[in-house]
Amino acid sequence: MDDTTREILELLQENARLTPEEIAVMLDVDAAEVQGIIKELEDKKVILRYIALVNWEKMGEEKVSALIEVRITPQRDVGFDAVAERIYRFPEVRSMRLMSGTYDLAVFLEGSSMKEISNFVSTKLATIEGVVSTTTHFVLKTYKQDGVIMEDGEEDRRLMISP
Amino acid sequence: MTQKNWSDRINPAVRSVPPSGIRRFFDLVAETRGVISLGVGEPDFVTPWHIREACIYSLEKGYTMYTSNWGLLELREAVAADLERTYNVKYNPKNEILITVGVSEALDLAMRALLVPGDEVLIPEPSYVSYAPCTTLAGGVPVFMPTSMENNFRISADQVRSAITPRTKVLLLCYPNNPTGAVMEREELAKIAEVAVEHDLIVISDEIYDRLTYVGEHTCLASLPGMQERTVLLNGFSKAYAMTGWRVGYAAGNPDFIGAMTKIHQYSMLCTPITGQMAALEALKNGQPGMRRMVGHYNRRRHLVVQAFRDMGVPCFEPGGAFYAFPQVSVTGLGSEEFAEELLKQEQVALVPGNAFGRSGEGFARVSYAASLDDLSEAFRRMARFVRRCGVRSRIISAPVKISDRQEGICQTI
Repeated sequence: MDDTTREILELLQENARLTPEEIAVMLDVDAAEVQGIIKELEDKKVILRYIALVNWEKMGEEKVSALIEVRITPQRDVGFDAVAERIYRFPEVRSMRLMSGTYDLAVFLEGSSMKEISNFVSTKLATIEGVVSTTTHFVLKTYKQDGVIMEDGEEDRRLMISP
Repeated sequence: MTQKNWSDRINPAVRSVPPSGIRRFFDLVAETRGVISLGVGEPDFVTPWHIREACIYSLEKGYTMYTSNWGLLELREAVAADLERTYNVKYNPKNEILITVGVSEALDLAMRALLVPGDEVLIPEPSYVSYAPCTTLAGGVPVFMPTSMENNFRISADQVRSAITPRTKVLLLCYPNNPTGAVMEREELAKIAEVAVEHDLIVISDEIYDRLTYVGEHTCLASLPGMQERTVLLNGFSKAYAMTGWRVGYAAGNPDFIGAMTKIHQYSMLCTPITGQMAALEALKNGQPGMRRMVGHYNRRRHLVVQAFRDMGVPCFEPGGAFYAFPQVSVTGLGSEEFAEELLKQEQVALVPGNAFGRSGEGFARVSYAASLDDLSEAFRRMARFVRRCGVRSRIISAPVKISDRQEGICQTI
């Protein structure tokens, strides 16, 4: 990967709304070149999607999320992947990762109530063949997500004019 | 009882120092609502967390005492190692480095330690606001060497030579420059260094913006042949590590210079606050990656700013360092102050009138790009509107032109 591609990715990861023209000026390269690189990254699914990071709590929206530690039995040839797919295909699963350590899958669920989540775990998740056990941890508070502090009190406190 | 006029009793040297040109404008900005300020002379980043956390830890551990007058030896050793690694200049941390309360104190100490009444100090202009007052308060006489956009705001060896008189003692340099963003090439500096040696001048080199160099590589003045012994090198942590409020800087130079400065420092300041020194130590130990990230951000915004002025049709020299652009706002038909005041009134964008940095800054404005991308784009939208109203023809907004394609780093009004 060349430096320009890396910088484009870093800029977009920080702020997906930057236009190719703006990026081109910032990196001192041609706008057409930036457009080309972005197109290629999108085609190759390096860039998967441009989304907004939303703080639902501020809108008074009651959302419940939970981390489910899942232990599963790996299968011949496919390892964890087949069971994993059966789990992550559910839209309730917001993110999911295979972990080292005492359990296998870290499954992040989002729902509108605790009941909805426990229902999903007991009827859908735990009953999948190959799932050995589940441990459910409800999220009490989100401090930071994807590198963004939810309630960042560090606004600009500088003097308006200084030498 | 008659009111006594106490101002008569103020030392005339202090009385005669004019108040900072920035001050009046500061009050004006404070009265205005909804202002986006590009007039700030400090990073928009807060000090990186690992530095703040190290400082908190030092407080927990009870580091609340005086340090040696010179500063913590460990910090001086780290500074020496940093200078050697970066510029291959060697200083003895025991007697050639003094930790000060920012470069500001170091500059004052150097002036007071070196000047006797009547000594002349050569200062390139536009210049940082405290150079002339510090010179005057130490009994010296500031002699300005005007620089211009045509010369990329650089001074030449010839300029220095022709400004020298029998009373000239000190040459003060500041590159990358506040307010212009100018940088000097190594060859040009070497020629100036030759003049300094020839005329036995002492050079005070304020290199606080050294890490914020985007074009070419920064040359540490002390790294030039014959210069280390006659240079007082000033630097600090404010700009590179976003640590302005901590007030930690240093001076490096020969033991006679630094010893004399330390004498004044020990009787006035005693020592730099230990809390700031602890933070500075962490910055040198682990702050390089974070510093490089911030420099990358400034550089990208630098490109945006230069392009924005090109599009507006306002001539702007391409700054090679610091985080300032210095556009020629007189193209609007307004003077520096008039431009700044009208822009503030009509569009609520604050910047610093160029004449606050000396007479050769007239016709220009200092625009700091140590501001968020959002603020920068909004500020430039407003500024473009204002400039258009003044009758400046903007370029047709086009695909951005490669900045490096231009010659001389000057963009012309179309």
